Amino acid sequence: MSALKTNHLGHPRSMFDTGKVIDMKATTSEANTARVKFKCRNVEVFYSGKRALHGVNMDVPDSGVTALIGPSGCGKSTFLRVFNRMNDTIPNARVAGQILMDGQDIYGRDVDPVLLRARVGMVFQKPNPFPKSIFDNVAYGPRIHGLAPRKNDLDNIVEKSLMRAGLWNEVKDRLKEPGTGLSGGQQQRLVIARAIAVSPEVILMDEPASALDPIATAKLEELIDELKEKYCILIVTHSMAQAARVSQKTAFFHLGDLVEYDDTQAIFTNPKDQRTQDYITGRTG
Amino acid sequence: MQHFLSPGILTGAFLITGVVTAFLYGRGLAVSRAQLSADDARAHSLPSYHGYFSAWIVALLAVGVIVPWVTFSGALPKFMFPAMILGAMALGFIIINRLLTPTFRARNHVERFVGGALMICSGVAVLTTFGIVLSLVFESLRFFDQVPVLDFLTGLQWSPQTALREDQVGQSGSFGAVPIFAGTFMITAVAIFIAGPIGLLIAVYLSEYANKRTRAAVKPMVEILAGIPTIVYGFFALLTVGPAIRNFAEGFGLSVPTQSAIAAGSVMGVMIIPFISSLSDDVINAVPQTLRDGSLALGATKSETMTKVIFPAALPGIIGAFLLAVSRAIGETMIVVMAAGRAANLTGNPFEAVTTVTVQIVSLLTGDQEFDSAKTLAAFALGLVLFVFTLFLNVIALLIVRKYRERYE
Repeated sequence: MSALKTNHLGHPRSMFDTGKVIDMKATTSEANTARVKFKCRNVEVFYSGKRALHGVNMDVPDSGVTALIGPSGCGKSTFLRVFNRMNDTIPNARVAGQILMDGQDIYGRDVDPVLLRARVGMVFQKPNPFPKSIFDNVAYGPRIHGLAPRKNDLDNIVEKSLMRAGLWNEVKDRLKEPGTGLSGGQQQRLVIARAIAVSPEVILMDEPASALDPIATAKLEELIDELKEKYCILIVTHSMAQAARVSQKTAFFHLGDLVEYDDTQAIFTNPKDQRTQDYITGRTG
Repeated sequence: MQHFLSPGILTGAFLITGVVTAFLYGRGLAVSRAQLSADDARAHSLPSYHGYFSAWIVALLAVGVIVPWVTFSGALPKFMFPAMILGAMALGFIIINRLLTPTFRARNHVERFVGGALMICSGVAVLTTFGIVLSLVFESLRFFDQVPVLDFLTGLQWSPQTALREDQVGQSGSFGAVPIFAGTFMITAVAIFIAGPIGLLIAVYLSEYANKRTRAAVKPMVEILAGIPTIVYGFFALLTVGPAIRNFAEGFGLSVPTQSAIAAGSVMGVMIIPFISSLSDDVINAVPQTLRDGSLALGATKSETMTKVIFPAALPGIIGAFLLAVSRAIGETMIVVMAAGRAANLTGNPFEAVTTVTVQIVSLLTGDQEFDSAKTLAAFALGLVLFVFTLFLNVIALLIVRKYRERYE
């Protein structure tokens, strides 16, 4: 199960790739030393034949927050959408390489992307509550997956999810009101509750705070900090300060390459690559 | 020779020459006066604006003569007309000569002229609508002098033959419009019953399932249906669909007339498919992609996303599309004239011949009729009912569609 072994099985190119394969044994300094959740080998994404992601090799730990940073168009969002196969929904998008989730290839022939997405939830850049009531928004996932055979179960799931998303106290008296009527920050926590409601193992967040004001952002970051105890979280962010605040691991992308991947602490205090240093010190990007 | 120099032709020629000359004159004047002016300051407006201003002045003065002339024609000898136009335009040139100085704000005036002209154009459309409504209302009032409103709206007997002469017997006419409304309603219902599901499913297919190339090919092809002249649909209904339904029914030992509500309604349904499919496709496409992504990312399938998220979100717009299609179906004439029959049967059976409001208006107004008889005036009353009803539907549809649009902008 060592990272190196898989490397030999992968393309020879991965040996020379800038993407650094982290040996999880080397990161035991972390308190919650974790198993590998996702093992990415030479992941490439093509849009209409154009390569947007150049052979990324990366191991995502199964607990804590992993941040993906980099300038616009560097491929970080594209990479994020690899994990729940959302790139499948884009016409002319193609993914190559191997992504193992708990050792199972999520692009394997026997994997149903619909079921995968129940295990890997996602929160988007712009809050996107459905034009339904707050309750129905959260109950949407459990209903389509048949997680709540009885009304009582559904009530429990909704309440628990909203509580976990830190929204329960604000909305418990108006569950029947439309979710679109909430403030931006509340909407973003509502869609997090909606994602939690199907009990995913992983939550992907694509710049979740970019449409929020500083106070809502602070609340969201607090929430992410709590959620990381239970879920593996991958977050794409434009804000380096945010990456530094919420994540334990950080990956820096540049022009489709994974340039550097290390403990967040190390990336921000002692970047090894010149490009990483230029970006985090504000010289590029 | 005479007709070449007829007042109309002469006037037109004068008008065009005058306006063009005024433009050139005004522009030239602006250029030369700007050069002559003592100070270095630039003219306020570009020379061409002075030209446009001059053209407008001359044209307005000429029209100012033409309108009263046409209204009170005959008071003066014909040759006076071109002369008066010339006079008016000469006056225009004098005004131009006075006004055009480098400091003259020609551009602002031209903008005002343009704004006014555009307003008048839209005014024509609005006034025409008012005119039609008023004529409908007044003629209907004359009809309701002869036939009580309540009898018209609730009567069950429609036989509009009235006595032409005093000594005719048994032709008093009866104007109970309920059978006509019922027939209209039934044919519309048949049409929507066919066009609704098909149009909606086409929209779903085009917006959610078809790839770009299929969509680009199929959508225009569906929309062609709306471009086929209704008379073509009419004889298609009469000569193909009607007999086909009759033959089909005969196979079961039933007798169905060639002209029936179902023949006319089904063909009309085909005609309004594109109304529903195109509008619904637009509103489904207007549902933000983020909602689709949100649903798919929760592990919903495409069809779950469609039925549980996209469709409810697009529902107000889809209802709007349906209402517009209904009002189109109610007002449709040619298909029903040819394929629905003229007998005002009050029936709930779509396999019988029925008649519609539009068909009755056609039959009331064709042929030799006295214009002030109850029979002809009834057409206006029917038209008024039709107008009020479709207007009502359109307003509701537009309100729903607008409300829906606001939500995502």
